[in-house]
Amino acid sequence: MKRVYFPLKNEKELELLKIGDEVFINGKIFTGRDAAHKKLIEIINKKEKLPLNLKNSLIYYTGPSPAPFGKIVGSIGPTTSKRMDRLTIPLLKFGLKATMGKGERSKEIVNAFKKFKVVYFITFGGCGAYLSQFVKNIKLVCFEELGPEAIYELEIEEFPAIVGIDIYGNNFFDKMKV
Amino acid sequence: MKKISFREIIDKTSEKLIEINHKIPEEIKEYIEIAYKKEKEIYSKKYLKIILENIEIAEKRKIPICQDTGLAIVFVEMGLDVDIEKGEYKTLDDIINAGIEKGSKEGYLRSSVVSPLERKNTKTNTPAVIHYILTEKDKFKITIISKGFGSENTSRLKMLNPSEGKEGIENFIIETIQKAGSLPCPPLFIGVGIGGSFEKATILSKYALTKIGNKDSEYRKWELKILKKINDLKIGSGGFGGNITALDLRIETYPTHIAGLPVAVNICCWAHRIGSFEI
Repeated sequence: MKRVYFPLKNEKELELLKIGDEVFINGKIFTGRDAAHKKLIEIINKKEKLPLNLKNSLIYYTGPSPAPFGKIVGSIGPTTSKRMDRLTIPLLKFGLKATMGKGERSKEIVNAFKKFKVVYFITFGGCGAYLSQFVKNIKLVCFEELGPEAIYELEIEEFPAIVGIDIYGNNFFDKMKV
Repeated sequence: MKKISFREIIDKTSEKLIEINHKIPEEIKEYIEIAYKKEKEIYSKKYLKIILENIEIAEKRKIPICQDTGLAIVFVEMGLDVDIEKGEYKTLDDIINAGIEKGSKEGYLRSSVVSPLERKNTKTNTPAVIHYILTEKDKFKITIISKGFGSENTSRLKMLNPSEGKEGIENFIIETIQKAGSLPCPPLFIGVGIGGSFEKATILSKYALTKIGNKDSEYRKWELKILKKINDLKIGSGGFGGNITALDLRIETYPTHIAGLPVAVNICCWAHRIGSFEI
């Protein structure tokens, strides 16, 4: 089992990851899905300052369910990554180094991730209750008005995932296709 | 005449919505347990094991199985001998929506419903999508599906030529599952609606999802044949390869026009959150 810490201290850490590797992710990561990506891109297009530091960061495509009383978070599994494909590329030049979600992604993303040395992690679709166990803290970062679609910072410990796209342009889903 | 109070409809709708989101029906869990035993591909098998663990944790911690607690799809089967005491509500839609709102709040379900263009969140998970089926006597039954949209987005409708027949239908189903690939969280449950009109076929396909687990189908042999073809695609659980891409498939039909053959394929993820109650 390999371990990765975010934000990355050294982007060379990603060189060790190959598609199909099972990994534990630790540290601090951002959440973000459709609506938040759209807002970030609007800010970039207006040439304004982003409300978060994407350098060496990971964005996890999720919109958690509300935390019941006394719990850190509700259910917090991945959403379909492919919807974010078009919205991911403009973020890469701000130093985004990894994304996490469920399902396959486009060829454009595989190519862009190779060029910018970015990794895509797959985690387990529909398993938000299971994955909530690895979330130790949640803090609002921006876009509160989006509710579950706001950007949060998660503190995670030993969060399980599989390397879906590596920095060498390999795609796990291509390999699994017969 | 059977008298039914709005309070009872609201409370039971709310309870059922919470229950299906925190605890998957036994028969759905059984499908996954069988798949876990049968699957040999290591990544898929591991995923199926995590799914089973996830189901247990959700039930124990009383949190949703999946953070996408879905859009509530409600089938109301109601006889003509039912009289609803409506209180302050104007329509049965309002009463059911009050139940969905209550359940969403009390069950800590995610607010996932927005206006389609402005994308403004209603914050109540309402309105639900409600279908009425008028029946006889004093039947009053509500079936709720909490429908996730990862899978809903991969569903499709096609107006086939009548001459394409059963082969055309099979090809369209297989093509739809192939296109969906890993996106809808396989292993899947699939509802197929054949016939009727453009809109009827899609409602039939959703209704077919309410029949999952009930093996008593007019088309069982054909359903199993299609299921085998789907599993031969080797998409596997999560798209990780293997022999199990779909857990079951159900077909519902309705007479159609001589010039047409509408076919709708409604895809549901493994987390088929469904339940019903009668009053």
